[in-house]
Amino acid sequence: MNENLKNTLLNPIFKGNPITVLVLGICSALAVTVQLKGALVMALSVIVVTGLSSFVISLLRNSIPNRVRIIVQLVVVAMMVILVDQFLRAYAYAIDKQLSVYIGLIITNCIVMGRIEAFALGNKPFASLLDGLANGAGYGLILVIVAFFRELLGSGTLLGFRVLPESYIPNNLVILPPMALILLGCIVWVQRAIQKDLQED
Amino acid sequence: MDYISLFVKSIFVDNMIFAYFLGMCSYLAVSKNVKTANGLGIAVILVLLITLPVNYLLNKYVLQPGALSWVGESFADVNLSFLSYIVFIAVIAAIVQVVEMVVEKFLPTLYSSLGIYLPLIAVNCAILGGSLFMQQREFLNVGESAVYALGSGIGWYLAIVALAAIREKMAYSHVPKPLKGLGITFIVVGLMGVAFMSFMGISL
Repeated sequence: MNENLKNTLLNPIFKGNPITVLVLGICSALAVTVQLKGALVMALSVIVVTGLSSFVISLLRNSIPNRVRIIVQLVVVAMMVILVDQFLRAYAYAIDKQLSVYIGLIITNCIVMGRIEAFALGNKPFASLLDGLANGAGYGLILVIVAFFRELLGSGTLLGFRVLPESYIPNNLVILPPMALILLGCIVWVQRAIQKDLQED
Repeated sequence: MDYISLFVKSIFVDNMIFAYFLGMCSYLAVSKNVKTANGLGIAVILVLLITLPVNYLLNKYVLQPGALSWVGESFADVNLSFLSYIVFIAVIAAIVQVVEMVVEKFLPTLYSSLGIYLPLIAVNCAILGGSLFMQQREFLNVGESAVYALGSGIGWYLAIVALAAIREKMAYSHVPKPLKGLGITFIVVGLMGVAFMSFMGISL
């Protein structure tokens, strides 16, 4: 694999992470992080949608008229999301119920549109596919980190298995929605303490 | 459900930002000063108030299982609900376009103060999220969906103006360097969310 593709694949996961650096796609990110399982499924769905829609748009990039490109992009993304949603309904109904509207909200997730606009419209299909997958993965990583702490501290379990001893009293505050934001703030804090060039003045 | 109770609930208890994290991207990006936050907030209320009733009618008479029975007997068991994402997003994009043209023609001052934010609303998750929640909650009539839209819009507006005001003040405070900007904003939004939780359990 040449240097360029490797960068495309690795950069979005840490250094140019879509959530903590580009601030894209927080909309649907946080509500699904109460439990690790939901976050994992959501992360996988986003990876599939970003990867495939970047790929399809990149294939079509020379035939889409510039003026109607937003609509075309929305339709392609919506189609991918419908596929994912129907798949989940068929094979993982309980989780689909738990994720409720947030699967549908992947359509307006800024990561998908952002990567299509910024990358897929100007690059070859294979590179776009990798870029989409990697950005989805960067997004998923943050989702899983937040969910890990929320499930561990909020109910003392991971993926439904008890990890902390019975004597641990679950911290109900962590389950409430605002804590997801505070945890995310802490992740940004840690990342920017390590990577000094990201700090704002 | 009683209109007033639904209205108050959708502003405070089910706040789009603090309870469901909808419309976060523009919420964080456009809350640097109160003036632009004000413009975007008003635009969101406007668009929600128009799209939700339209999507409600579409859902009721076209999309949901059995909705097409008014066409004829043979359509009674057609279920188009899998199309709802595509229909909703198309309706939202179209309505944003129309609202933009109408506002430009008849309310030029409002148009110039909203500026670029109006077209951006088409990809604001708060609008699609509102439509999907409305579909999930099965409101009884168009009135309820309009009240829900107005309430959620006002809740979003309150949240963005409050955050913008806090961020304007925060420019003068000493925030640890790695936390500056994005990090502290997340934490402030979290704390505001905790404050809004105190409305939980209120019913009128």
